[in-house]
Amino acid sequence: MSETNSKVEVRDVDVFYGDKQALNSVSIDIPKNSVTAFIGPSGCGKSTFLRCLNRMNDTIEGARVEGSIKIDGEEINDKHLDPVILRARVGMVFQKPNPFPKSIYDNVAYGPRIHGLAQSSDELDDIVEQSLRKAGLWEEVSDRLSHPGTSLSGGQQQRLVIARAIAVNPEVILMDEPCSALDPIATARIEGLIDELRENYCIVIVTHSMQQAARVSQQTAFFHLGDLVEHGPTETIFTNPREQKTQDYIMGRFG
Amino acid sequence: MTESVSKPAIKAAVEARLAKRYRSEARFRSLGLAAIFSAVAILVILLGSIGMQSLPAYTANEIFLEVDLDRDLVDPQGDGSEVSLREGSYARVLQNAMREQFPEVRARRDLRQLFQLYTALNAPRLMDEVIEDPSLVGTRYRFRMPLSDDMDLYLKGELLDQSETRMNTALRAEEEGRSIALVSDNAGFATLLENQRAALRNEAVALGASADELDLRVQAAGDEDVSALVDRIANLRERQQGLLDWADAEDGVFRLDDTLPSVIVEMAGGAYKLDGVSVDGTRATGRAVVQPESQSADSWNLLVVDVPESRRRSSDNQLVWSRVLRDRGVIEEHTNRYLFGNADSREPELAGVRGALHGSILTILIALILSVPVGVFAAIYLEEFAPKNPVTDLIEVNINNLAAVPSIVFGMLGLAVFINVFGLPRSSPVLGGLVLSLMTLPTIIIATRAAMKAVPPSIRDAALGIGASQTQTVFHHVLPLAAPGILTGSIIGLSRALGETAPLLMIGMVAFIAETPSLDIEGMTQPATVLPVQVFLWYDGAERAFEPRAAAAIMVLLGLMISFNALAIYLRHKFERRW
Repeated sequence: MSETNSKVEVRDVDVFYGDKQALNSVSIDIPKNSVTAFIGPSGCGKSTFLRCLNRMNDTIEGARVEGSIKIDGEEINDKHLDPVILRARVGMVFQKPNPFPKSIYDNVAYGPRIHGLAQSSDELDDIVEQSLRKAGLWEEVSDRLSHPGTSLSGGQQQRLVIARAIAVNPEVILMDEPCSALDPIATARIEGLIDELRENYCIVIVTHSMQQAARVSQQTAFFHLGDLVEHGPTETIFTNPREQKTQDYIMGRFG
Repeated sequence: MTESVSKPAIKAAVEARLAKRYRSEARFRSLGLAAIFSAVAILVILLGSIGMQSLPAYTANEIFLEVDLDRDLVDPQGDGSEVSLREGSYARVLQNAMREQFPEVRARRDLRQLFQLYTALNAPRLMDEVIEDPSLVGTRYRFRMPLSDDMDLYLKGELLDQSETRMNTALRAEEEGRSIALVSDNAGFATLLENQRAALRNEAVALGASADELDLRVQAAGDEDVSALVDRIANLRERQQGLLDWADAEDGVFRLDDTLPSVIVEMAGGAYKLDGVSVDGTRATGRAVVQPESQSADSWNLLVVDVPESRRRSSDNQLVWSRVLRDRGVIEEHTNRYLFGNADSREPELAGVRGALHGSILTILIALILSVPVGVFAAIYLEEFAPKNPVTDLIEVNINNLAAVPSIVFGMLGLAVFINVFGLPRSSPVLGGLVLSLMTLPTIIIATRAAMKAVPPSIRDAALGIGASQTQTVFHHVLPLAAPGILTGSIIGLSRALGETAPLLMIGMVAFIAETPSLDIEGMTQPATVLPVQVFLWYDGAERAFEPRAAAAIMVLLGLMISFNALAIYLRHKFERRW
């Protein structure tokens, strides 16, 4: 992994929730145009770390993040940086599909609207269509854009949410267990989508499913009890891990 | 669970418990149903009784009086100017018209009673109508005015118990010195006589019972001085004997006086008040209250008013005149236009809810304009933006405390601050609205915060995750989702304010206000009262006729609240459909 290829550089990040330390000195480089998977047992800090990358931890009372997080060489863990600007660059998809209780169109158009990305309504229509196409949802919803987003099925909702994230043209997309609430078929579609999106975005995905990590990611990082135990190319982690803990977790001996 | 417990045993245990569980569920369900039914029943009884009570207020007996607008009386200066018309003697005009109806009424005492069939406040009303249309001067004009409240209730059968018997036998009137003798050849007065005698005997029995009771006390008294008691017993016995003698008079005339039920005979468009009946039931003596058209008739009405004249405010004459005027078509019962067209009045027949309705609308409008925005924004700030520290904790606790403060305290605050410090006009809607908005604020803040807390955090995360600022998140996503809850909370708070009396008493809205405030900016500083206060004032009023009007005012208040709530439900649905 060369320096020039990495999108996100994290150095010595500690996260505290009140007095409790949730992450201990995590350092990792996340490459561009690839999928990086965070795996680990529940409560290991992988979601916490994910939320550091777009400063969503700011919204949690008593959360404190220390250390250096750089995106394209720019420090983002800086109180003077407006998280609003950062979050336009770093999109996020949550565990449970959470479309706004508005129409499908408005769901996708919301981001471009608040960031002023479209000059005209035609342009906005275009952004919405492109985003829905990229999320593989256009064919299914093109004739009912005015229907409420909440009327879609779970898998469709999750793709709608991905389209919503894509619509503001982010550089990084964070996904926090995006398939945990979906059935295997919907999961397969999302995984296929993630694979396509990799060409244009840097994707970070938190997952509980080792198979999913193996299927979609090029890089894998294993977290345990707030420590980043090991990270590297997915193939290496799954076939030839350096650490015993990683081996045990992958083999299903704990977690 | 140990191995020794066999599967059938577990099944039996579960089944035993199951029956118990079903029973407790059934019990709970029937309790719930009973609670709902009793609540509905109480509501129906409450509404029904108030509705029934208010019924007499919705119609009014009105006198359609042909008045002679004599130029000399109404236009003393003779130039038809407003100044001149204002000096006119309209009370005299009305009195002349009433005398025209009953030319036989001469005595001053009787005339005074006649003029009490309407309130003197009708003279200025007539003046207003003449000033409105000066061409009426010199013409005969059909003036419409409400009958006095007591007579109105009497004609509706609400004031006095009476029996009215139609007699289809011949009756003729004969002059007999200064009084009139009514002769019924087939003893048409026999039943009447019997009833009156029975009433006397009952009264005598009651007196005798009182005397007997005192007798017992005298016997038990022993050494005490009982001479006063003995005197009272003697007095009672004497009165008892007097009544019995009166009732049992076998020859001559049975005397009717004003301690007995009043007896009135109506025949041929006229009416006689009886003062005696011959003991054979064929003759009665009395005086003409209204002269009949002829001296004999084939059928007549026997009217017995149970309450003796000496024990009521309205005289027999007034009852008779009202009935005759109704028969002549001068008095007609119409929808009560005074109830919804007028403000408060000292006279129930002219009193209306319009002033209080306007006052309520203006007051609640001001409370709405002030308390909803301030309350909602305060809640948003506290919920979304305020840092967590001891100061905000203190503010939170105090908002919750404010919601529990008795409303009259807010009235005292209004008096001390808004009137004494800021000098706002007393008893004005703007002042009432300010006080009520203070009272409503904590309710709205608490409801808004609860509604915002109920918005799922995933929506917040979604908005923030896409780069919306905190403010955008709140206004684009949280508030619209919380809107139904906020609306409900605000409406509940304002409905309570609408029905509030206590704080308004402190700021002078309890005053008697006979003017209707206009429904505009100006009206907000004019003296006003509100519906609940009006209800309070009317129930307090001495006149019986205020009671149905108070009930009608409650119905109006309830109607206002229901339309208020209907609006809220409509808005809720509208907001919810958008998503």
